[in-house]
Amino acid sequence: MDYQNIFTRVQVRGPAYAGVAPTDVGAFPRSKDSLFFYWAGKLGDAQIGPIYLGYTGIASLVCGIIAFEIIGLNMLASVNWDFVQFIRQLFWLGLEPPAPKYGLSIPPLAEGGWWLMAGMFLTASIMLWWLRMYRRARQLGMGTHVAWAFAAAIWLYLVLGFIRPILMGSWSEAVPFGIFPHLDWTAAFSIRYGNLFYNPFHALSIVFLYGSVLLFAMHAATILAVGRYGGEREIEQIVDRGTASERAALFWRWTMGFNATMESIHRWAWWFAVLCPLTGGIGILLTGTVVDNWYLWAVNHGVAPAYPMPVPAVLDPAMTGGAR
Amino acid sequence: MSSLRFHARKKALLLGALLAAGLVAGCEFPPQESAQSGYRGTGMSQITNKAKAEAIAFANSIPEVQPEADDTGPKASEVYQNVKVLGHLSEGQFLRVMSAMTEWVAPEQGCAYCHNVENMADDSMYTKIVSRRMIEMTRTINTTWKPHVAETGVTCYTCHRGQPVPANIWFSQKDHIAAGSAADNKGHNTPAPNASYSSLPRDAFTPLFASAGQIRVIGKDALSTDAPGESIATTERTYSLMMHMSTGLGVNCTFCHNTRAFAEWDQSPPQRVTAWHGIRMVQGLNATYLEPLKSTYPATRLGPEGDAPKANCATCHQGVSKPLGGVSMLKDYIKELSAPPR
Repeated sequence: MDYQNIFTRVQVRGPAYAGVAPTDVGAFPRSKDSLFFYWAGKLGDAQIGPIYLGYTGIASLVCGIIAFEIIGLNMLASVNWDFVQFIRQLFWLGLEPPAPKYGLSIPPLAEGGWWLMAGMFLTASIMLWWLRMYRRARQLGMGTHVAWAFAAAIWLYLVLGFIRPILMGSWSEAVPFGIFPHLDWTAAFSIRYGNLFYNPFHALSIVFLYGSVLLFAMHAATILAVGRYGGEREIEQIVDRGTASERAALFWRWTMGFNATMESIHRWAWWFAVLCPLTGGIGILLTGTVVDNWYLWAVNHGVAPAYPMPVPAVLDPAMTGGAR
Repeated sequence: MSSLRFHARKKALLLGALLAAGLVAGCEFPPQESAQSGYRGTGMSQITNKAKAEAIAFANSIPEVQPEADDTGPKASEVYQNVKVLGHLSEGQFLRVMSAMTEWVAPEQGCAYCHNVENMADDSMYTKIVSRRMIEMTRTINTTWKPHVAETGVTCYTCHRGQPVPANIWFSQKDHIAAGSAADNKGHNTPAPNASYSSLPRDAFTPLFASAGQIRVIGKDALSTDAPGESIATTERTYSLMMHMSTGLGVNCTFCHNTRAFAEWDQSPPQRVTAWHGIRMVQGLNATYLEPLKSTYPATRLGPEGDAPKANCATCHQGVSKPLGGVSMLKDYIKELSAPPR
């Protein structure tokens, strides 16, 4: 019955499990010790460690910390090094990209140079972390599915902060660092380019985003629901269906006439997740470079319907000449 | 043991309640009312809050009208010395508008706020010079800017509301806060009262209301052309200005725009045309009347960057789409505050 609960109820606590021992450990062996952390066990496995960082992990952390410090210290400077204001205004604070006048040149530090530097270190950190994921998966003899899913997110990140600004010929087109600043940027970006909701790739991205959420909920709920029949042995059940698989499949055939299999549901989930940033990135890449106003584009392509106006249409007063 | 668990649960509940309260602390207390203002399904609606309506009505109550004055008899310019802009009025009308102005602008300070009471004709007080210029400005608004103010017009009270300095004025703000080589946040990224406490540019007024800056930022063609369009930085400036207009008038975006296509005039409510004239009016008034008074004001009246106090939408509107609920105070002072006979 413990499987029937919404939250994790079972914590199996044996001796620490060191995992398989790959032959080539490289210059950095894994840390020796493990520890058990009860609250981590509420979310996942209570065992923490052994940890492996390696060259790429350490380099990634160093670059990430540098980027984090550049952003954080500039935010702190923007409130005159006042820690109270730093906490109070944290969501508002940000680090802005260079002004449009600098184009793709390297601006002075205060004029966007810090932003460029933070972006460089953050990108290096992310790329190194990707390499680490790829290499660790290979080392363990796994497939590299996780690394390629991460690459899809990196694609969107690079389009926003690197590829599109280069195509537009200006770093000023990129996203600022900061909580509210990047949200304001997003809203301004949509407004500037005539409403991003008329961008079909934005629409696809939303489909895959919400689709991922739906699939995640359906899959997780299904597996938990057949937990009492051993439904969590999903991989074995790809080829050796048990009663759990069959009940789950029958449930979905009854309720929606079609069911995924123990293998295909994971491919569905992986592709939905990966296609969300892939299509989103394409949509951002086309904005400003190919399409300047998505609403007008949608009108031209029969996407945006015309609605009756309850009052007589008005004219642009700048066009009528009579007005001052 | 059980009492310990009870306390832990109580603490968790209290913490949860505090967290929930914190999450909604910035929200407006319900109930809000939504009135449809466009075709169904287009999201064209205006949200109002009844709880606020009373306070708004009170803040916009109209002062009593001064008793009507005789318009015959000698002109003010013949009776008094140094009457420059109201000289064409009869003595009765002149005294009537002086009394009204005192009530509208300096009810506590009285005549002495602008006049040397030993010699009323004396021009030595800066407040008198400013008032004279403000009467001229009021007349310009009521005659030249009818596309915005219509026949309702404005009086001193529209902005002043019984205060010598109107509550809603603006000054230029410095862009760069941090010193040294720390990043210039370009006037962004700190709670901006003028932009609805967003992190948008704090001062969109200097580029857009002190002079006629580029407000239109949205692409005019479906596809990109070789001509560079407006940047995101310029867009955020316009966005900040629009947030000011929204809060200044107490309306949603949909009061003037169909938000599915902000730029399209053929889908916009007619209020957008009125607002367009309003923007030009504010730009004109700031450039012609308000900023040039800089040399007249004492330093204490100037902003941190040394500029004169200027007007924006909220200066008159003060949170309502029609200032003073659309009541025309001008109709009772039309001879005094509209254009003098030529």
